[in-house]
Parts: sequence; structure tokens; C-alpha cells
Amino acid sequence: MIKKILFSLIFIIPINAFALIEVDITRGNLNPLPIAVSPLSIDENSKKNFEKITKKNNLGSEISQIVEKNLKTSGLFNPLSKDAFLQAPDIANLKPRFEDWNLIKAQALITGKVKFVDEKLRVEFRLWDVLAGKEMMALAFTTVPSNWRRVGHIITDKVYERLTGEKGYFDTRIIYVAEEGPKTKRVKKLAIMDQDGANNKFLTLGNELVLTPRFNPTNQMVTYLSYFRNLPRVYLLDIETGMQEVVGDFPGMTFAPRFSPDGKKIIMSFAKDGNSDIYTMDLENRIVEKITNHPSIDTSPSYSPDGKYICFNSDRSGYQQIYIMKSDGSNVKRISFGKGLYGTPVWSPRGDLIAFTKLHKGKFYIGVMRTDGSGERLLTENFYQEAPSWSPNGRVLIFYRETETDEKGEGFTAKLWSIDLTGYNERQVNTPTDASDPSWSSLLSN
Amino acid sequence: MKLNKILKNAFLVIVASFVLSACAVSKKTGQMQGDVYTGKDTVEYLASGVPDRVFFATNESVLTTASRETLRKQAAWLRKNSKITVVLEGHADERGTREYNLALGERRANAAKDYLMTYGISSNRIQVLSYGKERPVDSGSNPLAWSKNRRSVTVKAN
Repeated sequence: MIKKILFSLIFIIPINAFALIEVDITRGNLNPLPIAVSPLSIDENSKKNFEKITKKNNLGSEISQIVEKNLKTSGLFNPLSKDAFLQAPDIANLKPRFEDWNLIKAQALITGKVKFVDEKLRVEFRLWDVLAGKEMMALAFTTVPSNWRRVGHIITDKVYERLTGEKGYFDTRIIYVAEEGPKTKRVKKLAIMDQDGANNKFLTLGNELVLTPRFNPTNQMVTYLSYFRNLPRVYLLDIETGMQEVVGDFPGMTFAPRFSPDGKKIIMSFAKDGNSDIYTMDLENRIVEKITNHPSIDTSPSYSPDGKYICFNSDRSGYQQIYIMKSDGSNVKRISFGKGLYGTPVWSPRGDLIAFTKLHKGKFYIGVMRTDGSGERLLTENFYQEAPSWSPNGRVLIFYRETETDEKGEGFTAKLWSIDLTGYNERQVNTPTDASDPSWSSLLSN
Repeated sequence: MKLNKILKNAFLVIVASFVLSACAVSKKTGQMQGDVYTGKDTVEYLASGVPDRVFFATNESVLTTASRETLRKQAAWLRKNSKITVVLEGHADERGTREYNLALGERRANAAKDYLMTYGISSNRIQVLSYGKERPVDSGSNPLAWSKNRRSVTVKAN
């Protein structure tokens, strides 16, 4: 279903320039870095060939627009208006006239070139430090022309990494639940899209209720909950082939699935006789293990990135709180002690934080705490929001938010939102329908 | 000091009268006791005089006196109609995380199932299905709507 994609990196020139510019992503960035994204230059012949394949009349500027939009969305960069650019794209890519770019207050500049070579798309781009007057990075790669959007995302990832010192999150996808219809009879489908909302695709038809899809961090497999034949069970879906299978043979509801960091196990809840406990199933040998054994509700498990620990949600204290334990179920320890109820803990891919949903005095919060429960920080407050999922670099959270209905019970919406770990840059992620339960993939090109 | 005490007492009296009047209002409408729904708006009947659903307090799966009475009627009806099997559908309101609510719905439906079993209904006639917060009956965003949605509904399966 999804084409296997081959990117061949041709050359990387490491430049040892002492760059003056760098972007600090550890704090809320109130002064985004002014950056000029020059349209990638393109020759007439390539233009014609790409137009035939992609229906875009200037693939060079289309790709640069993707880069620009990504940079802006990150909240760390301020892409400058192209109207102010003085230098033509092809000449700028050879050697920028830094005074011109300095004049429009650009601190960094991206230039590049696309070319049609042997039915393929060849891209090269450069990142320049305008103040120092130096090249910071140059990279070229070749791919099939239909991958042009991903080219824009990969360029953004490289620029982001060079300027912030951390991996990007742009060449990624989001799987989520698309919702339609009245609140009392919601129709839900699995859907997948690029991180920027492009290439939206529905993966199920909406005949049965589906919930909580999550990516395997190592490949394009997904685990989710389906009410197929009114039997709520955890399923596994291969999004390349569309193949689905039920996970394990449980005599009751299985739910809240997630993959282990190596992608080899699924961890989930199994509910029986009014009690939910946490189980794992090894996807290779199908061995099922019971991890918690407590008469309370134990759910929403999530592994630490090294696979040694599990955080989960339990009401064994009387109310919903967050706990951690070793991955064999030993050493259970409560870590949430603030006021209110805590749910949906998710371990950051960086390992140092746990994101959660909190309910306190009728409001819902998305927050983070250290893995020992200290340093709780609430990022956003709303009428209803939950289910944070981390960007693969652990810098951004995506979650869903529902609105309050009016006196007639109308006006309900569910939308995806993202927010930086800093608490800044909160924005709605556009989807063609209402949406919930987002899960962020790992970087596709790594 | 004395004045303070008088003011404090006066304050308590005022608060108490607010609380009392609040109770009076909810009793008058006959819709909720505590935050458990006691109305009839959404209730359907398995047979004459046999309501199909019971309601729960926030975050709770404990059966109220009224719920137990309803379930005894259901048990009596099931004993009389021994061929009928049922699904108990457990639900939660929208003010909780999706996954926890799935577990909570399952717990509520099982509370009802256990009670039916103590009144002689065999467990193989009862299936349990949790919908969590996925199937509210009332789409309102207010305590009364939420109270109608915290429920276990007995549905004929054959």
C-alpha cells in the first residue's frame, strides 16, 4: 500500500565553519530565528518532466514551500517573505551575496537545486550562515519524483538538526482516529497522514468502532483496538499490505495496546470479571505474560525507551494515578502525587520525562513529569483533552481536544493539537474530519 | 474575636442553606441523587416493569439501592424467560481518559453481572461488553447528561 522508498545519499560535505547561529530548543522561543528559504532552482527541461509526473508546475518552489511551512510550524524559525529576496535562486545556490540576505535580516539561508536525472528527482541543498558568511551544510540525494513532499521534510529535518543539535521530526507520519457523525453515534475510522497533514488516507471503512492506534517504533506496523464483531480486541495492522490480525487469544476485552521499544512485543490491558491487568505478548513466539496482578484497574502501559521499565495507570490507591515498575512487573511505585487524577502516561523517547493527562477541578491538562514524579509541569489546560503522543525527538506532543456542547447538546468537535515541551507553540493540526487518538511515527528516513 | 465568631457562624448558616436549597432543587427535579441519575428519560424496558439499565456515581461501580432493585427485577424476568441471554453493556461518561473508561465500563457491567448471578442467573447467559465513553445516550456537557451516561444496560442477545 505504501511504496517502499529508497533514498540514496550522494555526498555530504562536512563543514567546520564556526557557526554563529544556533537555535536553543530547551526554552520557549519567543524570537524565532529569521531564515530565508530560497526556492530550489530548476531548469526548464526538469520543470517540464516533473510537471508531467507530479502535476506541479514548479517542483523547486513547491519543495521549498514545504520546508518553509515546516520551519514555521516548529515555532523556532521565522521564514522570511520571498518578496524581499534580491538574489535569483540559481545564483544564490552557487554563492549567496550575504550582504543582500543580511539586509533583509535573514540569519540563515537555505538554497538548492532540483534536477530530473534518469527519471529520478535529484535534489541538492545548502544551508548558509548569513552573518558569518559561511556554508554550514550541503547535501544531495536522489529519489523517485513522487516522493517530492518527503524531500521537503528531509531537508527540514537536516536543517533543524544542524541548527538545534537535535534530530528533527518532519519526515514522519501521524496515525489517528477519524471521527464523524453525532456524538451519540460516532463513526470512527483509522486514518494516516504525513506530519503536516498531507496525504491523508483512511485505513478502515468505519463499519466497526476503532480506537487508540499506535505505531511500532521500528517499522510501519500499527496496533489498535477494534470492536470487530462486537468483540473489543487488540489488533495488529500492517499499513503496507493492509493485513490485520487479532493479538492473542484472550477470553475478554483487550485494550490500551502499545509496542515495546524494539517492536517485538505488544503490551496491553486485558479485562476480565471487572478487573483489568497488564499483559505482554511476544509477537515472534506468541508467548503471553501477565505483568500486573492487582484487583484494581491497571491500564495505559508504556515502556521506557530502553525497555527496562513500564509506566502505567492504576486506581489501586482509590483513584487514577501514575505508577512505574520494572518490565517484569516488580518494584511497583506510584509517582504522581499532585492534586487531581492522572491518566495516559507515555514515556518520552528521550527517556527523561513522562507525559500525562490530568483531571483537576473539572479541567483537563496535558503535562510532563520526571520519571520519579518530580518536576511536574502542566503545558495546557482545557475543557477536555487527553492522550499525548511524543514526536520522535521528544520535543513536541500531539494530543486531542474535545469541545463542550451547548444547551442542546450540539457543537461537539474533536481535533488534534500539538504543543512544544516548553509549553509554547500550541497549534491545531488540521485533519479533513474530526480526529482523536493521534500517534506519532518514528523518522521514516532513518 | 466575638464578632469574628458571629460572622463565621452566619457564614456557615448561609453555606448550609445553599447546600440545602441545592439538595431541594435536585430532589424537586427527581433527576439525580448525589450524582447518580434517578430519572426515567433514557430508560427502556425489557418487559413491563423491568427497566433495562442502572446508573452509577462518578468513577464508581458500586450498585445503589435503586440499581439493586432494578437488577432483581431483571433477574426475576430472566428466571421466567430461561432461554433469553443478555449482554450487559457498561458505559462511562466523557470526563475520563478513553482507556481508563474502557476498564471502568467493564467493571460496571461486571458489578451488574455479579448481582444477577447472586439472584440465580447463570454466568453463561450473561456476556459483558464495555463501550467506555464511546456511546453516550446524552450528548450534553453537563452533570445531568454525564449521570445518564454512567450506566450498565442489559440488552437481549437472542
